Amino acid sequence: MNSEIARMVAKRLVIAVITLLIVSFAVFFATAMLPGDTASILLGQSATPEAVAGLRQAMHLDDPAMLRFLRWGLGFLTGDLGKSYANDMPISVLVSGRFVNTMELAGITALISIPFALTLGITSAVMQGSLYDRVVTIVTIGVISVPEFMVASTAVLVFAVYLKWLPAISLVNEVHSLYDLLRMYAMPVMTLTFVVSAQIIRMTRAAVIETLSTPYVEMARLKGASRSRIVLRHALPNALGPIVNALALSLSYLIGGVIIIETIFNYPGIAKLMVDAVATRDLPLIQTCAVIFCAGYLILITIADIIAIISNPRLR
Amino acid sequence: MSKLVEIKNLHVEATTDSGRRIEIIKGVDIEIAKGEIVALIGESGSGKTTIALALMGYTRPGCRISEGALLIDGKDMATLSERERTKVRGTEVAYVPQSAAAAFNPSQTIMDQVIEVTRIHGLMTPDKARQRAIELFKALSLPSPETIGERYPHQVSGGQLQRLAAAMALIGGPKLVIFDEPTTALDVTTQIDVLKAFKSVMKAGGITGVYVSHDLAVVAQIADRIVVLKGGEVQEEGMTQAILSTPAHPYTQELLSAFEPQETQFAGKRTDKAQPLLVIENVTAGYGRVQEDGLPLVKAVRSVSLSVEKGRNLGIIGESGCGKSTLARCIAGILPASAGNIIFNGKELDHDARRRFREALREMQIVFQYADTALNPAKPIEDILGRPLTFYHGLNGSARSARIDELLDMVRLPKALRYRHPSELSGGQKQRINFARALAANPKLIICDEITSALDTVVAAAIIELLKDLQRELDLSYIFISHDLSVVEAICDEVMVMYRGEKVEHLTREDMKSPAHPYSKLLFSSVPKLDPTWLDTLVLEPELMRQYGGA
Amino acid sequence: MMQGAPSISAATGFFGYRFNLVGVLAFLVILFWTVVALFAPHIAPYPVGKIVDMDYFGPMSSKLWLGSDYLGRDVLSRIIYGARYTLGIALAGVLIASSCGVIFGMAAAVIGGWFDAALSRFMDAMISIPSKLFGLVIVAAVGSSLPALILTLAFIYTPGSYRFARALAVNVNTMDFITVARVRGENTLYLAVSEILPNIIRPVLADFGIRFVFIVLLLSGLSFLGLGVQPPLADWGALVHENIQGLSFGAAAVIAPSLAIASLTISVNLLIDNLPRKIRDRSA
Repeated sequence: MNSEIARMVAKRLVIAVITLLIVSFAVFFATAMLPGDTASILLGQSATPEAVAGLRQAMHLDDPAMLRFLRWGLGFLTGDLGKSYANDMPISVLVSGRFVNTMELAGITALISIPFALTLGITSAVMQGSLYDRVVTIVTIGVISVPEFMVASTAVLVFAVYLKWLPAISLVNEVHSLYDLLRMYAMPVMTLTFVVSAQIIRMTRAAVIETLSTPYVEMARLKGASRSRIVLRHALPNALGPIVNALALSLSYLIGGVIIIETIFNYPGIAKLMVDAVATRDLPLIQTCAVIFCAGYLILITIADIIAIISNPRLR
Repeated sequence: MSKLVEIKNLHVEATTDSGRRIEIIKGVDIEIAKGEIVALIGESGSGKTTIALALMGYTRPGCRISEGALLIDGKDMATLSERERTKVRGTEVAYVPQSAAAAFNPSQTIMDQVIEVTRIHGLMTPDKARQRAIELFKALSLPSPETIGERYPHQVSGGQLQRLAAAMALIGGPKLVIFDEPTTALDVTTQIDVLKAFKSVMKAGGITGVYVSHDLAVVAQIADRIVVLKGGEVQEEGMTQAILSTPAHPYTQELLSAFEPQETQFAGKRTDKAQPLLVIENVTAGYGRVQEDGLPLVKAVRSVSLSVEKGRNLGIIGESGCGKSTLARCIAGILPASAGNIIFNGKELDHDARRRFREALREMQIVFQYADTALNPAKPIEDILGRPLTFYHGLNGSARSARIDELLDMVRLPKALRYRHPSELSGGQKQRINFARALAANPKLIICDEITSALDTVVAAAIIELLKDLQRELDLSYIFISHDLSVVEAICDEVMVMYRGEKVEHLTREDMKSPAHPYSKLLFSSVPKLDPTWLDTLVLEPELMRQYGGA
Repeated sequence: MMQGAPSISAATGFFGYRFNLVGVLAFLVILFWTVVALFAPHIAPYPVGKIVDMDYFGPMSSKLWLGSDYLGRDVLSRIIYGARYTLGIALAGVLIASSCGVIFGMAAAVIGGWFDAALSRFMDAMISIPSKLFGLVIVAAVGSSLPALILTLAFIYTPGSYRFARALAVNVNTMDFITVARVRGENTLYLAVSEILPNIIRPVLADFGIRFVFIVLLLSGLSFLGLGVQPPLADWGALVHENIQGLSFGAAAVIAPSLAIASLTISVNLLIDNLPRKIRDRSA
């Protein structure tokens, strides 16, 4: 790996770190703007002036914002995530279990949707204008245009209400066998896959169509290359960068989709935890969940960008 | 001699945006004998590339062959199935594209792409193919033929890529090779090497060739016969020497006369009494970080000095990368110089245009090469011309409108054009509007930065005539920048030759016949002439080539 | 070549424009909902909060076209009133987001320098937060009042509009005609408004439409989670939220609002893809 690439990668990493800082500050700042006094809200009925003052001091609520942010940030990095306001449990405990659940859901979805969507995206680009392409395009645009809860509720209507094949709600505690496991995961994963695949298909299709209209692809045609050769050896290697980028962007939709899907199917993941936390204004929990999501997303985007940098032949 | 190629009554249709079908090739008949090289000559839009591609059974998206036959060695490319066509491409007919840089896949090595034809059609083993490729590289006079294949396209120069594209075409042992304007994007000195290489390989193998171009002089060097095209129809065809010396068709005559611009009255020798209009002293400019001495890292212009007198023209000539455009931008203040003085009308000008006075900006105007990007597509012509009138002279209402009409008249365009948008105009018309906008300011000096380089020869010749007329009428001075010597010779009283950012020589009209500096000599002698024997008899001193040759 | 949603082109020419059947239909749907939103009180058969049915999740009938909701209220009336909130909030949000984005984007492109660098770095950071997530965080902080929702949505989608407008403006900025204007001595404001803006306005309007769809979807998503429009007011997303129990009955109360959202967003998408095109016949 030569120095030019190393320099660009290092630069990209620095940008990622700075972005993470800005983002976590934004999250912190947004939640710190809460109207109303946190301490009195927490104390509720027993909010005497002395109690409020005492609690304010204990929670360091009178310190300047920057100091609070730094303290919180330090705590975050060392694993001390504080306590949830709503149920007084340490956040790290609350979060870890649910985090694993969400990772399972997201992981399975990614495993299924990525190969599926890439295939559909590439083939519909190669067969641009055909009936197959048109059908794929219509369905994709349809799925992208509607809210995720509509895709989910349609799936529930069809599979749970009319066909009665699958349960409408995921009950994690009632899993007794692999069959139960599959039935439980089927709907959330299916719905989420639909939503994410649609985005990936659209972006992949656009990237491949663009590489197929380059002069060097035309030149390959004029050399008598077959269609499969053109796609596999000329178009795809050059579309790799934009496709990896598309995959990274679709993660954003995965996160958004997970929030809705976990809610509608009552799935015990970290997204549902966060939604509940917002309803109860549980600040530390909200901050922690938000930063975890953002950090994860940023890490994956950075990896995608670095892959794009490394695969650029002009830098070798 | 037997016929290898027969094009009979070819008609090609294209479908426009709105679904209308128009014919772009209207019944063309061409025959090519074995071993012959035939040139398809015409301006842009004449259909020459369409015919060339049709010979491979290929049409660009939106076009189709509606009628006629394209026989190559008996096989009709128009009626073959797509499968059969792919078998023919690369093996019997091969194509050398106009822009080799775009035609190479940036993520594969050159060797892989050159031998790809053999892999596709299973012509020989990869090792044999690589050997054959290296032989071709040698025949095409490429540097380091053994190792050049291991590089990636972006690591190789334009002239080399063009020859590599030819190797890519020849490796399949085709009967017919189609060259699509392969030297258009190259410098004159590079062009010579490439042309010689092509010619020797084609003649040695007795390969039949089709050479598409708009440049008569280049074509004269390599073609046995010439076919002249315009608007999708054949205007004239014949042996090269016959076409050049005794053209029959009026269009061919027009093309030839555009090539040799007419002699004009030129201003006489300099009179020392007048103060020069513009004086540049030791100007240096460039890009990149500023070093300790105040000069930039990359010096595109190095300590250049020149002067222009009122009513006289200075030409600046050089190849790509010599710094002439940068110098133009320096003078205009777009790219501020890092050192030196710019003195206009006796007053020193600030290096940065943003700090110059409006009067100074008004009196010196610049006209750019590409009228497409030099005119705001969202505005109608009258706004484009009207704005400088309002801005510089405060004209409004009917006075403004009248002046717009005058300006359109001056550049010989119909008054009705004022309501149109730039996208509705042709290339030549747009460049005239570009020029009219400069005139709107009533300048004393107009800097013309390669204004004819993107235009067809006939259109360009008309623009040059216009410039000369306007100079007489309005007492203007021009700084005319170009890489095309014939254009500069047509209009300039004095010529400055640039090489790698430096002024190499300053010539008056008389001197132009016999330049003194070695680079000027090389440059001037590299310009192709209309004489078919020119290339073969061209002897360039190897010393000069080694020192200055770019390819 | 036009790719994207397939179109049945009725190549009729009105005033030199070619209209598209799909585009016209999409436009009519959008017009329909706009009219509904504007004249809701005059169109709705029943007052919004009134309980009109003994049963909840009552079936579709001639009295209640879309049946009743989980409290026995008329679903159709609630959807008609809901149109006001969905369209109104989204429209307000996108107007703010697009104007801010375009103004800042053009400014950054023309001024350049540290202003451009700092602003772009900040906007990039904002974009890297997934929108639903950001929405949740801000709503947690500032609440779900109507003005708060509008500003939240505008804030989340301004960076995207900024990036798009800036990219367009930067592209135009490199063109020679801008250099010509600069060398003439024109000032920054003239360059931005008179030279750059007319060239980017068409793609910016298309982006406006796309952004509108994003905002409708995010608003509906937030309301669906119970964090958007609060009772007694209800936009379409909130209607789905409160009637979600009806899903197992297949009640219209939960399906109809979703269909309403879908009809709006799909129509806007289709309209953008199928705008009337000027017939540009090159007279060659």
